[in-house]
Amino acid sequence: MNIQSAQYVNDENGQQSNMLKCVIDEINMWVPIDPANRHYEEIMQQVKTGDLTIADAD
Amino acid sequence: MSKAAELAALIGSQTALSNRNLIINGAMQVAQRGTSVTGVTGDGYQAVDRWRTNSGSLGTFTLSQSTDAPDGFATSHKYDCTTADASPAAGDFLIFEQRVEAQDLQQLNYGTSSPNRITLSFYVKSNKTGTYIAELALPDASNNSNNQQSYTINSANTWERKTLSYVGNTTDAINNDNGIGMNVFFWLGAGSNFTSGTLTQNTWANTTAANRVPGQVNLADSTSNEWLITGVQMELGEQATPFEHRSFGDELARCQRYLEVLPRLRGGVDGAGSTQRAGTVFQTTKRANPTITGTLYDSVSDVNTNGFAIQRSGNPADMSAGALADAEL
Repeated sequence: MNIQSAQYVNDENGQQSNMLKCVIDEINMWVPIDPANRHYEEIMQQVKTGDLTIADAD
Repeated sequence: MSKAAELAALIGSQTALSNRNLIINGAMQVAQRGTSVTGVTGDGYQAVDRWRTNSGSLGTFTLSQSTDAPDGFATSHKYDCTTADASPAAGDFLIFEQRVEAQDLQQLNYGTSSPNRITLSFYVKSNKTGTYIAELALPDASNNSNNQQSYTINSANTWERKTLSYVGNTTDAINNDNGIGMNVFFWLGAGSNFTSGTLTQNTWANTTAANRVPGQVNLADSTSNEWLITGVQMELGEQATPFEHRSFGDELARCQRYLEVLPRLRGGVDGAGSTQRAGTVFQTTKRANPTITGTLYDSVSDVNTNGFAIQRSGNPADMSAGALADAEL
């Protein structure tokens, strides 16, 4: 799984939503912040090892 | 004794007469992502549903749902080597895998004094004859417990049915949750890190890497190689029963717990006329909150196991095309 980018997103009220906007294996994906989701699990693994930083929301 | 009585005796008291198969899409019927993927060198879910490839840089393959199948089956899953690697590096490997959800395995009674045996059966065909390894692993176990057994493809290019019965596990319980309860690994090749030891058959243990697949042939050693499998069944008991065929609709619904292709969505315009919103409800409740893949929208929100909402600025015709909801293990 090649996670090229991950970014927090805000909801309509400007609050952080429960989703990450990501590009994984060249594909745009919306990944839920859910430890049971395999993409989120891998994202957090790479954050833990220092290989990935989740960007702030726009 | 009648045939029915013989079957009942064969199955035994621990095995159900229906819903026996713990494997989903064992007949390789469902392929929501597509029926063929070329140039596969890495991990991931490709071609038929629920099955994934674990690849550690061992060759390049085309994976496909094939119509080459044994009598009684319409489809199989095929690995076709397109770039060979006849000299794998020590850490290379190639595995065909299904991850089984933990809460569906509680009937195994693992981690108790009276665990149940399970039997894995499947039809396999390859030009590459020789020894292969089918391994079960328990990721919930603190010691990464696993259990290997070998099988032999005896005749080239001939469908053969294989049966492997695994002893129960008295020490490693499987969590009752929606995570991975068991990995079912069909090894297709490996480097010396996994092959240089001694194979101990049918024992649950934290096996040293070198002892996991000694003797395993290398399917990647020639571009002439292909390996096909179907009719995969894993069931309680020590006897393999005939493959339990399910309807396509039944199998699709089971697959949709983990992956669903979403229809095109069209949304309503908000009061200001500048934003479209749409919600969708999944056909099947997902295992976990799914990843949503798609391009024609600005944001995704309210994702849960039953559905989600999308939003797009402007007044476009479509909100989504070719989207997927992915809750695979």
